[in-house]
Amino acid sequence: MIQPLTEEKRYTLTPGSGGLIETQTLEVSIGPQHPSTHGVFRMDCVLDGETVVALKPVMGYLHRNHEQLAERMAWLGSMPYTDRLDYFNSMTNNWAYALAVEKLAGIKVPDHAEYVRVIMAELTRLLNHTCVIGFMLQDLGAWGTPLLYAFREREKILDLFEAVSGSRMMCNYMRFGGVRVDMTDQDLAVAKDITSRYPRFLDEFEKLLTNNEVLLGRTQRIGILPKELAINGSISGPMARASGVEYDVRKADRYGVYGRFDFRVPVGDVGDVYDRYYVRVLEMRESIKILQQALRDIPQGPHIAPEVKLRNFKIPPGDGYGRIEGPKGELGFYLVSDEGGKQPYRYHVRPPSFINLTTLEDMCLGQKVADVVIILGSIDIVLGEVDR
Amino acid sequence: MAVDEGLKSELQKQGIFVLPFEQLYNWGRKSSIWPLQFGLACCAIEMIASAASRYDLARFGAEVFRATPRQADLMIVAGTVTKKMAPQVVRLYNQMPEPKYCIAMGACAISGGPFKDGYNVLKGIDRYIPVDVHIPGCPPRPEALIHAIMTLQRKIANQHLEKGQRPRWYDKDADSEYPIPTYGEHDLQPPANREVWQPPRDYRDVTLEEVKKA
Amino acid sequence: MEAIEKIKEIAAQAVPGAKLEIINSTPAAQQPALLVDREHIHVVAKFLKEDPRFQMDFCSCVTAVDYLPKADKPGFIEVVYHLYSVAQKQGPIVLKVRAPRDLDQCRVPSLTPLWRGCEFQEREAYDLYGVKFDGHPDLRRILMWDEFTDHPMRKDYVPPADYEWEPTPHDDTLQRAAQEQGIMPPTAREELEKAKKK
Repeated sequence: MIQPLTEEKRYTLTPGSGGLIETQTLEVSIGPQHPSTHGVFRMDCVLDGETVVALKPVMGYLHRNHEQLAERMAWLGSMPYTDRLDYFNSMTNNWAYALAVEKLAGIKVPDHAEYVRVIMAELTRLLNHTCVIGFMLQDLGAWGTPLLYAFREREKILDLFEAVSGSRMMCNYMRFGGVRVDMTDQDLAVAKDITSRYPRFLDEFEKLLTNNEVLLGRTQRIGILPKELAINGSISGPMARASGVEYDVRKADRYGVYGRFDFRVPVGDVGDVYDRYYVRVLEMRESIKILQQALRDIPQGPHIAPEVKLRNFKIPPGDGYGRIEGPKGELGFYLVSDEGGKQPYRYHVRPPSFINLTTLEDMCLGQKVADVVIILGSIDIVLGEVDR
Repeated sequence: MAVDEGLKSELQKQGIFVLPFEQLYNWGRKSSIWPLQFGLACCAIEMIASAASRYDLARFGAEVFRATPRQADLMIVAGTVTKKMAPQVVRLYNQMPEPKYCIAMGACAISGGPFKDGYNVLKGIDRYIPVDVHIPGCPPRPEALIHAIMTLQRKIANQHLEKGQRPRWYDKDADSEYPIPTYGEHDLQPPANREVWQPPRDYRDVTLEEVKKA
Repeated sequence: MEAIEKIKEIAAQAVPGAKLEIINSTPAAQQPALLVDREHIHVVAKFLKEDPRFQMDFCSCVTAVDYLPKADKPGFIEVVYHLYSVAQKQGPIVLKVRAPRDLDQCRVPSLTPLWRGCEFQEREAYDLYGVKFDGHPDLRRILMWDEFTDHPMRKDYVPPADYEWEPTPHDDTLQRAAQEQGIMPPTAREELEKAKKK
């Protein structure tokens, strides 16, 4: 609940009315069902006219106690549940969990499997950024066109995911020590085809959007996040990079085989909504570069480490934290194993969307209520991750 | 009242169509079902994908997804309904004007799905509101959602307007609003609406007499 | 990134009176943690944030873990902080702090004044485990509704009994087997025994 403002603050006298007109602040609850929230998310705003004076996010409408379920199942049993965390990108969630377990247990992944993982992750990043831009423009009022273009490209990548893993969205593809099924030559050819066509789609998208007057006018200087607040607020991912924080887990930790690829990390300077949009466009172009290199250099080899047992998989007692650069930010898993070793004693997800919401109020203060929706769209939240 | 088939075909050749009024009425209603834009979780993405260009849902009459319940005919509950969200779902259903329909999309909306063991998960939205079509799947493919819309269309086509066979929405005495649960200390109060949902019978309650009779 | 023993030495020198202890992880993980007592966690964290050798300005993850009491050891709730440095791109320093499990004594100083990113995660630890953070600007429930009284992620939480039995595809088979082969389901057998006794 928002603390009610005191009586003196609620009423202000409109200047220019000669002290005769009184105005009052208005408490509006945006959500949990609203055409522009990205899921069931509620914001309690206090408005003075159209300007936001206070804003508190309310979440928990999709809290499905994923962490408690994982404590009752074996290590591999919670892999399908990680798909449903950030339900837009299931491949990267799977990889983050597999990475955390491999770190704890000390499993080495063969090179071929690492390359397949990189290909899947970068395709997921392309998917995610395209659709985020589509959703953000839908919130701006571009009624459907960029969203339908984005979903058209998404369907092509989902076809590849279905051919490789059997399901469009909830792929459940990564295993500890590798991937579940190998990619066939046909799948690699389809991936090459997608990668070769994507730059042309991006050019088409950018021609419509990047220098578009309406987009520029509505997103520049809106929702500015200063660099120090971004670091202090644990903001990660494209949102932090748009504010000038030069930190990408792929470059900092060099997990998997990312050390072998040549790619840059785009960093913005102002930290407004337009920067977050443009950083994502540039990241998509870098992802295409990584994909081209990975598809060119992929070695032959086993798709899963042969010494990993699938049944009776045990981990010695201890705890560990493994993280990856997901499309929304730093996705990490903190796992604690006890003496039995067959199930996690504690399983915690470090969700990027949840933590990126910390500074929502700071970004929205002083903005108009219509801009609140766009700022929320540019943070790129997925409620499955926020609430787990 | 059925029309003689021979007479019907004779008149059709002349360009005159004869059909019962309720068929025409149902045809109009089933061909323009406007859903409420109400996605909760992962199934919402498949709902959006089915409304996108590839599996175009607008062909079946779902032209626009309305943002407000006051203008919608159909509520597609797509995704897990948690106990924190359940009062809001029931409130939205109450706000929809009759005739209204509800589709439970995905395993989570039918019965809690993979998250059935949750302290915050409502084990199926049909505990509080009546559901017309259930779609299994996790998530169901967009084709499955289209199949569900077609099933709903068939159900609407079979509705009658005569007294005694009227659906709920045409009956002046039937109540179209359902009680909204409140947040209790440990659980929602009440945990289920007994008029809408009865728990299925446990096979272990089969009595001795029934065993002997069979 | 220095070894954990060196970090412990430096921190012990900088913050006199702090009780520090190293807790090891699995041999493969190489992520040992530094256990700090409740009174000094804020000062140690502030030192690690501001000291130019470390500059831990990014608090990545805040977790609470519930350890039930065992035969000889009392139970406790442990709050774990993972700190990274963006300025120097250094790896994690893991800080742990423990509090007793009883609800009225389970208090830990909050690190939100140092790192704003801890705000929501500490609220979640309060909501799901009952750990109260002193100095938190806005400590209230975040994931469950406000009228909820339990702390669900604790190991001794009993969920409400709203899980009603639902039929599976095998139940028809079982019922038919009971009828055809005369295998009586348990309740029916008990009734037959009672009828015989009369």
